[in-house]
Amino acid sequence: MEKRYIYADHAATTAVSDEVLKEMLPYFQEHFGNPSSIYAKGRENERAIIDARARVAKCLNADPKEIYFTAGGSESDNWAIKGTADRLAAKGKKHIITTVFEHHAVLHTCEFLEKHGFEVTYLPVSPEGLVNPEDVENAIRKDTALVTIMYANNEIGTIQPIPEIGAICKKHKVLFHTDAVQAVGNVEIDVKAQNIDMLSISGHKFHAPKGIGVLYVRKGILLPNLIHGGGQESGKRAGTENVPGIIGIAKALEIATADIPGKIAKLTPLRNKLIDGILKIDQTRLNGDREKRLCGNVNISIVGIEGESLLLMLDHYGVQASSGSACTSGSLDPSHVLLSLGLVHEVAHGSLRLSFGEEFTEEDANYILEVLPQIVDRLRSMSPMWETLTKENRKLV
Amino acid sequence: MNYSEKVMDHFTNPRNVGEIPDADGIGEVGNAKCGDIMKMYLKIDGDTITDVKFKTFGCGAAVATSSMATEMIKGKTIDDALKLTNKAVMEALDGLPPVKVHCSVLAEEAVKAALSDYYTKQGVDPKLIIGEIPSCEECHEHD
Repeated sequence: MEKRYIYADHAATTAVSDEVLKEMLPYFQEHFGNPSSIYAKGRENERAIIDARARVAKCLNADPKEIYFTAGGSESDNWAIKGTADRLAAKGKKHIITTVFEHHAVLHTCEFLEKHGFEVTYLPVSPEGLVNPEDVENAIRKDTALVTIMYANNEIGTIQPIPEIGAICKKHKVLFHTDAVQAVGNVEIDVKAQNIDMLSISGHKFHAPKGIGVLYVRKGILLPNLIHGGGQESGKRAGTENVPGIIGIAKALEIATADIPGKIAKLTPLRNKLIDGILKIDQTRLNGDREKRLCGNVNISIVGIEGESLLLMLDHYGVQASSGSACTSGSLDPSHVLLSLGLVHEVAHGSLRLSFGEEFTEEDANYILEVLPQIVDRLRSMSPMWETLTKENRKLV
Repeated sequence: MNYSEKVMDHFTNPRNVGEIPDADGIGEVGNAKCGDIMKMYLKIDGDTITDVKFKTFGCGAAVATSSMATEMIKGKTIDDALKLTNKAVMEALDGLPPVKVHCSVLAEEAVKAALSDYYTKQGVDPKLIIGEIPSCEECHEHD
């Protein structure tokens, strides 16, 4: 079998695409001007940013004035949540609703606010990794300042009922923010139709460079200034603009949203093939709902083996992937997302996330399905945990 | 995770993997909840460790430290094996990332647990020779 190199970690980051890079390159040297400068080189770049803002807005069905460029998803999340908290605390609203399985950019921001007198409700998710909109409605109180719920989960790829949650928040006149970092380019996003008040985007998840993001803020919502200084981003986020990044994210977003149904049609059968193929291995389980999930996400727990070992072996075979094991989460506990589904530690340690994009092929899927069972066999043959389970004829999933 | 070449070598080609059916001493440390289990089998003749095998459930460093520890005690005397420290295992692997140091501790404990089992089978109280082997639960708390 010929070794293949497969990048199956798109949920972590993606490469800048040729088309995006081509559009960005002139802004490093030829068009280097400061957009705030009065002469042509500055004015041209100011126009380029105005144009990019309009292009981004169009992709989300937003108004250009509602688009703020940031340095990425975490910054956007922080600004939306802390900014809203800051504004609404003055009106006595000190309650935030989120979920237990958000990205740490949201969770740790909420924990920070808890230390500053806010109360946070962490909604549970179903064993399939879905938020129940009724739970959101029941959690809303008179003093609720914000609901922040991710559009799609970064580990298990489940797509949340965002339009339903948006409608509930609108009905109760509560602000609604969503971290859409993983959803962009995979789900049709329409901030108006879906009643989204604020939405975070990170460029590098869809072939724009790292270090550029977007925060959409609906007209009428006044967030406090994030960075004080010059008048950039309507004076809300000072600092000379990252012009190549801004041009890049606009182009990348246009490409990512140009044909979402086409991408879903192409990748869904490959995703399902991978899921079905991997689940043929004894004692495996799919993490996250099978249907309501991103077309390029597979997350499976494989009992008896540990995630990091699995990743190192896969890497040895040319497959780059990710896991929610403790060893890869940088802590002693496995991923909070997997635990939120009700998985026991033992099962969560052996998880594998494959996340892929448009270039993923049938041959890639076949290759993974060929090497993965061999790797699992090998790791299980040296696993005392697997030995014990086999001896006791015990199943964990 | 930046592993040394030696760690990667011992991970991809682990030495002494397997079981010894008629082992004279078997030690198992760690637990599945923490994500690391090491099981070590010893064959002992007189005071010499004539054969050693291991099985490990765990990360790359856990596999590599078990593999290295078996190499370091194979053919050695029990006294030498008891002197094996996690530091020596780490050094032999050209170092470990800081978050993986506990894997080398586990490897040292696996050797001691197997020797402890050997002494118990011989009717000798292992605590007098080896002392207490701390349980995994003591090294950290889970959320």
